[in-house]
Amino acid sequence: MNYFVNEKGYYGDFGGAYIPEMLYPNVEELRQNYLKITGDADFQKEFHHLLKDYVGRPSPLYLAQRLSKKYNANIFLKREDLNHTGAHKINNTIGQILLAEKLGKKRIIAETGAGQHGVATATVCALRGLECVVYMGEIDIQRQAPNVARMKMLGAKVVSAVSGSKTLKDATNEAMRDWINNPVDTHYIIGSVVGPHPYPDMVSIFQSVISEETKKQLAEQTGSDQPDYVLACVGGGSNAMGMFYHFINDENVKLIAIEAGGKGVGTGFSAATTFLGKEGVLHGSRSILMQTADGQVVEPHSVSAGLDYPGIGPQHAHLFKTTRAEYVSITDDEALDAGLLCTQLEGIIPAIESAHALAHLEKMKFTGGENVVVCLSGRGDKDMDTYMKHFGF
Amino acid sequence: MNRINKIFKEKKNNILSIYYTAGYPGLGDTVTIAAALEKAGADMLEIGFPYSDPVADGPVIQASSKLSLDQGMDLNLLFEQLKELRKTVTIPVLLMGYVNPVLQYGVERFCKACAEVGVDGCIVPDLPMVEYEEFYKDTFLEYGLSNIFLVTPQTSVERIHKIDSLSNGFIYLLSSSATTGKNLQVSDTTEAYFSRIAAMELNNPTMIGFGISSKETFDKACKYANGGIIGTAFVKSIASGNLEENIETFMAGFRS
Repeated sequence: MNYFVNEKGYYGDFGGAYIPEMLYPNVEELRQNYLKITGDADFQKEFHHLLKDYVGRPSPLYLAQRLSKKYNANIFLKREDLNHTGAHKINNTIGQILLAEKLGKKRIIAETGAGQHGVATATVCALRGLECVVYMGEIDIQRQAPNVARMKMLGAKVVSAVSGSKTLKDATNEAMRDWINNPVDTHYIIGSVVGPHPYPDMVSIFQSVISEETKKQLAEQTGSDQPDYVLACVGGGSNAMGMFYHFINDENVKLIAIEAGGKGVGTGFSAATTFLGKEGVLHGSRSILMQTADGQVVEPHSVSAGLDYPGIGPQHAHLFKTTRAEYVSITDDEALDAGLLCTQLEGIIPAIESAHALAHLEKMKFTGGENVVVCLSGRGDKDMDTYMKHFGF
Repeated sequence: MNRINKIFKEKKNNILSIYYTAGYPGLGDTVTIAAALEKAGADMLEIGFPYSDPVADGPVIQASSKLSLDQGMDLNLLFEQLKELRKTVTIPVLLMGYVNPVLQYGVERFCKACAEVGVDGCIVPDLPMVEYEEFYKDTFLEYGLSNIFLVTPQTSVERIHKIDSLSNGFIYLLSSSATTGKNLQVSDTTEAYFSRIAAMELNNPTMIGFGISSKETFDKACKYANGGIIGTAFVKSIASGNLEENIETFMAGFRS
């Protein structure tokens, strides 16, 4: 079974490039160049130099003692929260800004939901001196004020997306419209493993550093580079794809993707795409998305803005359909409880996105001695308001 | 020969095509508008079926799509409304919209429904050419539908020839790479692009769209192509007030 992209840009039934002609030259330029550029030795050298000295990689793989004791398994946390800017998002933006430079682009655009990808994009634009415009839903701008301020301080222009539901999906639409209107000098840094081919593949390659490091670290710490389980949360799915990437062909490693169940899968307030979605096309690729019978995209709900997206990347749809990975869902409340537990047992405040992955540990049965890696994709500082309101601190 | 091929055979120049969103401003206005436009002199119609995430559209058509959806428009209802279309309307009619609603409705079912109500062609901007050729073309042809492709100033010569070979109606030339609703600025570069296309002597006729909002810009478009397509400016003009009067006034501006 091939779990990776084929020469036509598809993962099984999913993927492709469903884009209007206006975007074709831009996407085609990327498609023709991304492997050549990213495979180049100088590019790799620069990329890894920045990941090491600017981002602070490798991120630790930490054997969480008290969580391990509680769950009767060896729980390893892959500490993406310790990256510069506080999440895994920067791995991708570093890669894409270098790529944009090679393509001679002068202007960068991005979409953001919670603001993490927006901050990571604004950061690399400041680093490399490129103009940066970030689209963010009007509602998200209101609920993520500190990240808006960070982006502005970094020199980015934050544009409010006032169309549709005024959240991540609409910010993505606005970024695509910007790209249509600026076809020559602009590169669009998509923040997840979504979008037309080659984006899902390109973003997963940049994020694959997560599993590449994890394998080495596991070998050092356990004597084997293959854990029993790998867990990661999924919105569009970039941290999960980075976390799964080098384990996908190790078929004895069980991959578990945790979706945001919101208030519960059957409540109408959920973002659990594989439970509620159907096959269709959104933001340039064929995948699974939440939609009405008429094919209109449905607005999702999650307490975590980073998982509040009505689709998943096409490779996830393929891993789901082939059952290579298991897709489960965790509610808002379960995630918040898991976030608190991790904080009080390990002294690590996780992002609510990452807390979804941690929450699934409660539902698993261990016999003792299993090695479990959980991707701690981001830190929880940005979520303090939500934690405070929920727990009444 | 469908109505699209026929109009280009009969009237080679100054073909005026009007886009509007189905179910807007009133849910039941779809066929009324078509009839009024024909009466007022339109040569061809493009009826938009609304989508929640119209990435190629500017604010005006986004808003009309949203209102239409909020009022309850979907493809089932649209085809129901269009059963009345050919009782009054004789000019070519195309449906324009995004691929996901078509996929959910079912491609074959969609084509069949188009043929049954007398729709002559489709414009689906986010349906890629390779997908069309591999999976859709035979079905479109079976039901006698023309599929219309877009070309922008950035589209390569090689790709334009490929598009020409797959087209069976007309080719939709975008005045610039832009979302709908921008104003057409005919600069030297645009003129060079239009002239370049005209010189290619394509098999299919061409229509220029995106940014045509006045008689002046329409006339410019007609200098380089068989006609022009007006969307946003028309949708704006029917937002409020008496529908038939608005249409009459709007169209009068193009007949002078």
